[in-house]
Amino acid sequence: MTSAMLVMLLPIILVTATAVATMLMVAIKRRHGTSCTVTVIGLSLALASLYFSMPITSSQVTPLIQIDGFSIFFSGLILLCAIIVACFSYPYFANLEDHQDEFYILLSVAVLGALVMVSNRHFITTFLGMETLSVCLYGMVAYPLHRSVAAQYPMEASIKYLVLSALSSGFVLFGVALLYAQTGTLQFSDLSIALAIGIDAVPPIYFVLCTLMIISGFAFKLSLVPFHLWTPDVYEGAPLPATTFLATVGKIAMAALLLRFMSVSEVLSSDAIVFVLGLIAAASILFGNLLALLQSNLKRLLSYSSIAHMGYLVIALISLSSGVGSLGVEAVSFYLLAYAIMSLGAFGVMLVVSDSEQERDHIGHYQGLFWRNPWLALVMTAMLFSLAGIPLTIGFIGKFYIFAAGVEAEHWGLLITMVIGSGIGLFYYLRIVYGMLTPLKEPLDLPVAGLKELVPHCVLLFLLLALLVLGIVPGALMQWLEWMASGL
Amino acid sequence: MILLSLMATLFFGGSLAWASEGLDARLPRIVALISLLIGSLLVVSLCLSVGPDQNSPGGQWWVLASWSWIPRFGIALLVGVDGLSLLMLVLTLFLGLIALGAAWGEIKERVGFFYFNLLWTIAGVVGVFTALDLFLFFFFWEVMLIPMYLIIAIWGHENRAYAAMKFFLFTQVSGLLLLIAILALSYFHYVQFGNFSFDYFDLQRVALAGPVQTWVMLGFFIGFATKLPIFGLHSWLPDAHSQAPTAGSVLLAGVLLKTGAYGLIRFTLPLFPEASLSFAPTAMAIAAFGILYCAKVAFAQADIKRLIAYTSVSHMGFVLLGIYAWNIYGLQGAVMTMLAHGLSSAALFMLAGGLQLRFHTRDMSVLNGLWSRLPMLSAMALFFSVAAVGMPGLGNFVGEFLSLLGGFQTNPPATVFAALGLILAAVYSLWLLQRVFHGALQLPPEHVLANDLSPLELCCYTFMALGLLWMGLNPQSFLAISQPSLSYLMQTIDLLGGGVQ
Repeated sequence: MTSAMLVMLLPIILVTATAVATMLMVAIKRRHGTSCTVTVIGLSLALASLYFSMPITSSQVTPLIQIDGFSIFFSGLILLCAIIVACFSYPYFANLEDHQDEFYILLSVAVLGALVMVSNRHFITTFLGMETLSVCLYGMVAYPLHRSVAAQYPMEASIKYLVLSALSSGFVLFGVALLYAQTGTLQFSDLSIALAIGIDAVPPIYFVLCTLMIISGFAFKLSLVPFHLWTPDVYEGAPLPATTFLATVGKIAMAALLLRFMSVSEVLSSDAIVFVLGLIAAASILFGNLLALLQSNLKRLLSYSSIAHMGYLVIALISLSSGVGSLGVEAVSFYLLAYAIMSLGAFGVMLVVSDSEQERDHIGHYQGLFWRNPWLALVMTAMLFSLAGIPLTIGFIGKFYIFAAGVEAEHWGLLITMVIGSGIGLFYYLRIVYGMLTPLKEPLDLPVAGLKELVPHCVLLFLLLALLVLGIVPGALMQWLEWMASGL
Repeated sequence: MILLSLMATLFFGGSLAWASEGLDARLPRIVALISLLIGSLLVVSLCLSVGPDQNSPGGQWWVLASWSWIPRFGIALLVGVDGLSLLMLVLTLFLGLIALGAAWGEIKERVGFFYFNLLWTIAGVVGVFTALDLFLFFFFWEVMLIPMYLIIAIWGHENRAYAAMKFFLFTQVSGLLLLIAILALSYFHYVQFGNFSFDYFDLQRVALAGPVQTWVMLGFFIGFATKLPIFGLHSWLPDAHSQAPTAGSVLLAGVLLKTGAYGLIRFTLPLFPEASLSFAPTAMAIAAFGILYCAKVAFAQADIKRLIAYTSVSHMGFVLLGIYAWNIYGLQGAVMTMLAHGLSSAALFMLAGGLQLRFHTRDMSVLNGLWSRLPMLSAMALFFSVAAVGMPGLGNFVGEFLSLLGGFQTNPPATVFAALGLILAAVYSLWLLQRVFHGALQLPPEHVLANDLSPLELCCYTFMALGLLWMGLNPQSFLAISQPSLSYLMQTIDLLGGGVQ
């Protein structure tokens, strides 16, 4: 291990150090503010250290860790999301009559898992990362367990997530074991030959089945139909910061991992896998959007809409197989960035008006918001328009990218499904916007902790600006992504 | 540069109008008026400038400008104005001012946000009429929707939620089909030339095989035809029109519908000449059927605004007919109809809005014999109804006559049926006039003010009437401006070997 390698591992080391430091601080003296500040500073340092760890070419730091443009981009995105979640968590947990500090430790460790997930091309590291992230998420989902009101939901959500997540990890592990039994290697890249021609009298179908098993495990974490059943309950039951973290970091890390797995292992050379993924994408888009129509709870609604968005993402993922350029990788990366911004924004508005005593997650809570608090309504509207894919926002460029990738790979059927899905999607996003436009009969205040804090509002402003700037002038980012994708 | 300042004026003016509400509630409309006047001055100065630049592609472009935007996909901020765009810009700015006049006294709450939306809609439309990069075009195509959605959803009438949602869904979903088609075209450019491009002139060089061209063409056609709208995709329009506030209806009928027709002329025909040619008989049949069907449905309406909305669909049939006739008469007729219908339908919607404001109803069964109470308003209603029917001497006649003339050369059966629409138009227009303005006076019980036209209203109507008279008596002044663009379009069809006879 040389010093250059250590520099490359700096983000991961710093995140670990953050978790340890927070833990030690808690051991000395519990102070919510300190824990939050230490976490934010530590994660920010890790984010800054990405600049130094940027390698010229992709490099294998140990057999298990791979640092390249791709891992840097997604590490940055994950760290940014985690910092934002931490900023929003402080006012939310401020009035929790329980220990608040451990949440930040869990958060840092979860980020560690996510960082490991995006910087590897090896099944062992994949599994380690996935489990680190998941185990922390169980804790985060169940966090306000001793809360006086409505304490049954976090526990229910956490148990549900625990059981199903463990099951899906089992699927991944079993698939990996079966692969290892025949190939004797755990590198992603060694799968392509096995899938194409088979190894030692073992037919390719064996490897296809193993791969599908792994993919179904991944699909569970991405909550793709038919592995989506846990999503709405966990989103609804978890406290808002945990939901936000799960919806952003959890999804980004998993999707990035899947993206790397797909492009390195070339599993998409198998038509069967493309077909199954196509079905999953279409089902996710249709089910996600249709079920979101029926929701009046914003968390549930966003959970179903996230299912649909992950379905859009899969269209770009399977467009990797077309082999023309790197449009698929760019599309997925861009869309994940867009999705992170708009989810953080939408959940952020909810976080600002919620606290651990009462979460304002019903559509009715936001009625007439335009006339009660125009600033929050503006942010929320921008985020919803972006989720719906309307121009001037990053969501539009993201959708455009996916369309471009889909057209390039000539997946016409899936694109039409996406059009239908987007049409349905518009309906429920606009319903929220319309609710915010409809004045209330009697004026009602939003008596909430976060409303008076400056930091969350600055974060919302940052997200809004990112949404608009990247939606109007995405050129520079696209060039960066092109460079990143070429090195994958 | 002039286009950039035009759009900047409108976007910036809209934001300023919103911001100025904090100072004084009367300020937004004055800010809006000033920015629209500056915009109009810019367009007028464009009209008075040298004319088409002979060195530009096709020798038809008055202004062409380009800036780099998203190099990854070969997307540029390419804007240009030719005769066709110029006429549409004149119409847009003129009706923008009229819409402002309609809103002046009607909009009393959340004034700043209203004028913000009004100006941004107009800015989006200006963008649509000038964008020559297909991505940029699509960008503006969507940008003009959101403020319009908000106008309907916030300031609309009793059933506004439903209408606004329907309007948005129809246009957005068809817009996504348009986006896929644009991307497909760009992708084929990539396949043939090795780079992505959304440049209008580049994409004209893409050669597509028969069925592929038909599919991509259909994507464009549905995108534009929903906005036009054609029969079958029109069901959003009566709801949106009848629920929108007057200024919204004026913009919708006068300007937004024309973006669909403009898209067909500007993009669908020149980008997919062969496919459009083989599709022309179908399009003309849809047009003829739509003209008759919607005229009949209009006759069955009790809501004045719905009636006018259906007549709009009917008249847009003539535009479709003229476009797909694809000869110089038909195309000129389509352009004239777009202009004339823009004025006449805007005026009719404004009249209906005026009645709504005075009597709080748009129901023909409770409004009778208004002539004795409101003579000036009724006279204006008579004038614009007669204009809509196609009275010689007014713009609509020129447009419909030319459309039919062009249509008859290519597709006599469809044109003969379409011509029957003129008779039905007379029936429903006279029916409206007779029901509402003639006979014994009957008013709804709880009406508040029943004053005749205010000076502002009178001024708006007079300008629109003068515009229609000008179009009717001296159509050449408009035809001459659109001539170069349309004859360029005719050259593409001549290259196809004579085309339809």
